[in-house]
Amino acid sequence: MDKKNVIICRCEDVTYEEIVRAFNEGYKDIESLRRYLKIGTGPCQGKTCIPLLQRILYELSGNFPQNITIRPPETPVPFGIFVNVPKK
Amino acid sequence: MKSYDVVVVGGGIIGLATAYYLVKNGVRKIAIIEKEYIGSGSTGRCGTGIRQQFTTKEHIVLMRESVKIWRLWEEILPKPIHFRQGGYLWLLRSEEEDNEYRKYVALQNLFGVDSRIISKDEIKEIVPDINLEGIFGASWCPSDGSAYPQDVLDSLEMFLKSHGVDIFDYESVVDFKKTSDRVISIKTDKDEYALDNLLIAAGYATKSLANKLGFDIPVKNYRHQIVVSEPLKIFLSPMVVDRSLYFTQTYRGRIIGGTDTNEEETDDLTLTYNFLQKFSSELVSVFSKLSSVRLMRHWSGFYVVSPDKHPILGPTPLKNVFIGTGYSGHGFMLGPIVGKLLAHYITYGMFFLEEANHLTLDRFEKGMLIQEKAVIG
Repeated sequence: MDKKNVIICRCEDVTYEEIVRAFNEGYKDIESLRRYLKIGTGPCQGKTCIPLLQRILYELSGNFPQNITIRPPETPVPFGIFVNVPKK
Repeated sequence: MKSYDVVVVGGGIIGLATAYYLVKNGVRKIAIIEKEYIGSGSTGRCGTGIRQQFTTKEHIVLMRESVKIWRLWEEILPKPIHFRQGGYLWLLRSEEEDNEYRKYVALQNLFGVDSRIISKDEIKEIVPDINLEGIFGASWCPSDGSAYPQDVLDSLEMFLKSHGVDIFDYESVVDFKKTSDRVISIKTDKDEYALDNLLIAAGYATKSLANKLGFDIPVKNYRHQIVVSEPLKIFLSPMVVDRSLYFTQTYRGRIIGGTDTNEEETDDLTLTYNFLQKFSSELVSVFSKLSSVRLMRHWSGFYVVSPDKHPILGPTPLKNVFIGTGYSGHGFMLGPIVGKLLAHYITYGMFFLEEANHLTLDRFEKGMLIQEKAVIG
């Protein structure tokens, strides 16, 4: 399949081709690719695309990147949920 | 051994902005050493805000000059930094607060900042959805705003690399080689570099690096937490401040904001549920429409706080070592002007703004701390 048409990050519309291009421009680790392409910064927070990105980076560099930052919440939660909850 | 005119420790806004102005000043051999990735410290974790509504001459003048550079950078840097002058809307909840902030506004106006006190009707015009219950008025500055930290760093990094600046990321400082009053070289976990001048702009790690060099900086690290929501259609352009709560919307449509949970000094970045409760309650009480909007990411970073809550800039007891730290939560917004000041100091041995002379490390020894001028009388 044409790499141009393969969407890796569905939240931010990042394609396979864009990742390869960014890698060749010097963005070689997950954090700098996140900053440059905004990959993994959408509502799913990388649950779909970061494992795919790890694999692509492995293909490109031979190293499997491990330094992934995981932040709460696990899934988006409305602000209203946290309001007026009595402290224990 | 590679040799540099200036080695900068710290790949955040201060390090990159200083390197930018060193390039502009004609300094040829510059290296930046960053222990993780560019922006991994406080810059990449910050709340994006850029304001001039301060209460001392030093802060107001520095921020006035910084905003000029932010505006210039939006035009001339290789990539957009999304600097937006959406204003800062500082809500006031009592007549006493209103009187107090009128004094601050008078001081801001004196130094050329276009802030003013506005009524509830005007607040309604600027942010129609705000809950005005219990609100007396607001302090409003239309030329305040925000920029997108990651895009700023990315753009500066691109400029620096195209001008021959060496950026070493994932490389941490291990040791220094020094004589009695100078640093000769810096040793990292990968290499050793000879240097003429050294700038330490390493955020929360600046103090420990200074200690390694044999002097102390009176700063403390405080954890501050922050959240970002899912993307929404753009509807909010100012930064809204309500006591300790602040929030705005980024150009990517996300609500970003935080509040102060009055924590003790710490080196721990653990997140707390207490923060989420306090932030959400404050946010929803002033802007109820956001109740159903979903929080997407929660993180924390350090405020490096100095005794008078003002930056510590420039010379140190070592002749060729310079520092920039202690921004007390305002490092990102101050970044451009501090970069320009530090680069000028390193290149020419002096600051170009009188106010910066009040911000050196020796002020603590001399007992010349910055006073809150606006509260006098």
